[in-house]
Amino acid sequence: MRGATRALRMPRCGAVSSAARQAVEGLRQPSRRNIELGLLVGAWLIGAFGTIQVAWATTEGMNQRLWITVGAVAILSLAMHVTLRRRATYADPILLPVSTLLTILGLVMIYRIDVASALRAERNDAPIPTPDVYAQLTWFSVAVVLFVAVLILVPDHRRLQRFTYTFGLVGLILLVLPLAPVIGTTVNGATLWIRVGGFSLQPAELSKILLTVFFAGYLMEKRDSLSLVRSKFLGLGFPRLKDLGPIAIAWAVSLGVLVFQRDLGTSLLFFGLFVFMLYIATQRRSWLVLGGILFAVGAGLSYLMFGHVRARVTIWIDPWAYADDSGYQIVQSLYGLANGGIFGAGLGQGFPNFVPFANTDFIVAALGEELGLTGIFALLLLYALVVERGFRIAISVRDSFGQLLAVGLSITLALQVFVIVGGVTKLIPLTGLTTPFLSYGGSSLIANWVIIALLLRISDRARRPEVKEAAPDEALTQVVRRV
Amino acid sequence: MSELGLTLARLAFLAMLWGFVIATVLILRRDLRQPADARPAGQASRKPPKQPRPAKPGRKTKGLGSMLVVVEGPLTGTVIPLSSAQVTIGRAPDSTLVIEDDYASSRHARIYSSEGSWLVEDLGSTNGTWIDRTRITSPTLLTVGAPLRVGRTTLQLQK
Repeated sequence: MRGATRALRMPRCGAVSSAARQAVEGLRQPSRRNIELGLLVGAWLIGAFGTIQVAWATTEGMNQRLWITVGAVAILSLAMHVTLRRRATYADPILLPVSTLLTILGLVMIYRIDVASALRAERNDAPIPTPDVYAQLTWFSVAVVLFVAVLILVPDHRRLQRFTYTFGLVGLILLVLPLAPVIGTTVNGATLWIRVGGFSLQPAELSKILLTVFFAGYLMEKRDSLSLVRSKFLGLGFPRLKDLGPIAIAWAVSLGVLVFQRDLGTSLLFFGLFVFMLYIATQRRSWLVLGGILFAVGAGLSYLMFGHVRARVTIWIDPWAYADDSGYQIVQSLYGLANGGIFGAGLGQGFPNFVPFANTDFIVAALGEELGLTGIFALLLLYALVVERGFRIAISVRDSFGQLLAVGLSITLALQVFVIVGGVTKLIPLTGLTTPFLSYGGSSLIANWVIIALLLRISDRARRPEVKEAAPDEALTQVVRRV
Repeated sequence: MSELGLTLARLAFLAMLWGFVIATVLILRRDLRQPADARPAGQASRKPPKQPRPAKPGRKTKGLGSMLVVVEGPLTGTVIPLSSAQVTIGRAPDSTLVIEDDYASSRHARIYSSEGSWLVEDLGSTNGTWIDRTRITSPTLLTVGAPLRVGRTTLQLQK
């Protein structure tokens, strides 16, 4: 860590020491890529130490395959760092290392749960299940490829604005794709997956990004009419009836997802995302009130009409009454968190696989058991840092589309963390969402890395010195061409 | 021995995790102190140099430019008094300034106040919004007297 901090002071000293160079650089800002590298090294060390600790505590011992995994993660994240140096020099230095650390913590925990599952299978003379950590590593490498591809293919986020409606349409199609007859599959009661040539994908994860682009483009275009206030009610100005169309459609779609795909989490995510973006685009609190009312109505209706929603709420209110069947997961998760206490049981020393789906929905509970409250707080702070950077990028970027896009992408992450961590800790009813970066699962990991790539792209545009942007002359020629 | 070692390792891991978080926060703190980083305040101080005519807005700029006057085009002579609300320009009937012009888009541009000065932003119009002979690509400071062209209409911020 200390080496890292020293490394990140270097660029600044260099710039200050030579007055001449500073004069040449003028308004140029430090690229801060060395800070990023320093933090990345920190993340690698934490990952390596965690892996060794799991291997030691579970008396498995480090084997060659594990060392290769640790090395591969370092090389993959280094590849992203190099891409940023080349393609997005002025991008935010915090996002990449923090997301990498989250992914690494996920990998360590998935490996730890693999070991636990193998031990249990051994005890029961059952066949040892295939470890998930290598599959997750493969998904991470796919995510890195897409991360690099996004940064190369999207040199300017404003280009995405052109595809506003295309993205909206594709996003909606992807959202309903799991309902299609042949490729759609139902797993654990939720119709969320599509199966293409042996791979299961969750198209909602991708559609989340596409719809955020759509919302940003759409709201930027329409925000003036949406922020027009016509009627005053309860001290708040409410929009005209004809402007209610979009929020009504968003509401209907998320209810549709809830009804037909039985997926509470995704439905909540989409509606929340739309309402927050609407609020930020129009700066009208009335949209939040309206959204809240619609949410309450939707929640009430689905509670009355659907058994699975009712079941979730009943379990949430008193999981102990169903500790042996439907409430088993949440009860085990709470036991795990209690066992962890303040400082945790220690990596490799808890019983994380008592909870079903420990490496997907309940990975936070598993981490909470082994790292304790202290670890969970650090984890939540890491998420908070990602979201804070996202909002900060939104403030500093100059075009409205970029602002809305950055806000939307950060809100997606924030909402997702809130919904799943809230569910696991019994703050709100449990809904099946993946924990960003941590959970085992390809679609989610890839989608979240694409979100980070887009945020980095926007932040690069925000901080890039003006000199490189289109000079007035260039702008003129451009117009001549167009007219 | 192994027990002690495991406990130490456990605490060391948590310490490393928090070390990472704290290092990140410290970097962010320095980042906040850097005036060059484009916060709204930083942005305002950085903007004037790239303006073609940097009319340096003073502390109290509310009095600077109180109305928008159409100086050229079919609506010549129209005066829009400026308050804190934004002004939208375009062909759409709900715009503040509705202009009947084939060269204007339905939502062409908007003018809004930010930190005591007026900014103009193009809303993705086809033919662009121009200040002098420069097509604006991002929210740009509108100075008193500078001709703002939208389609065939020219506007001016006046005192």
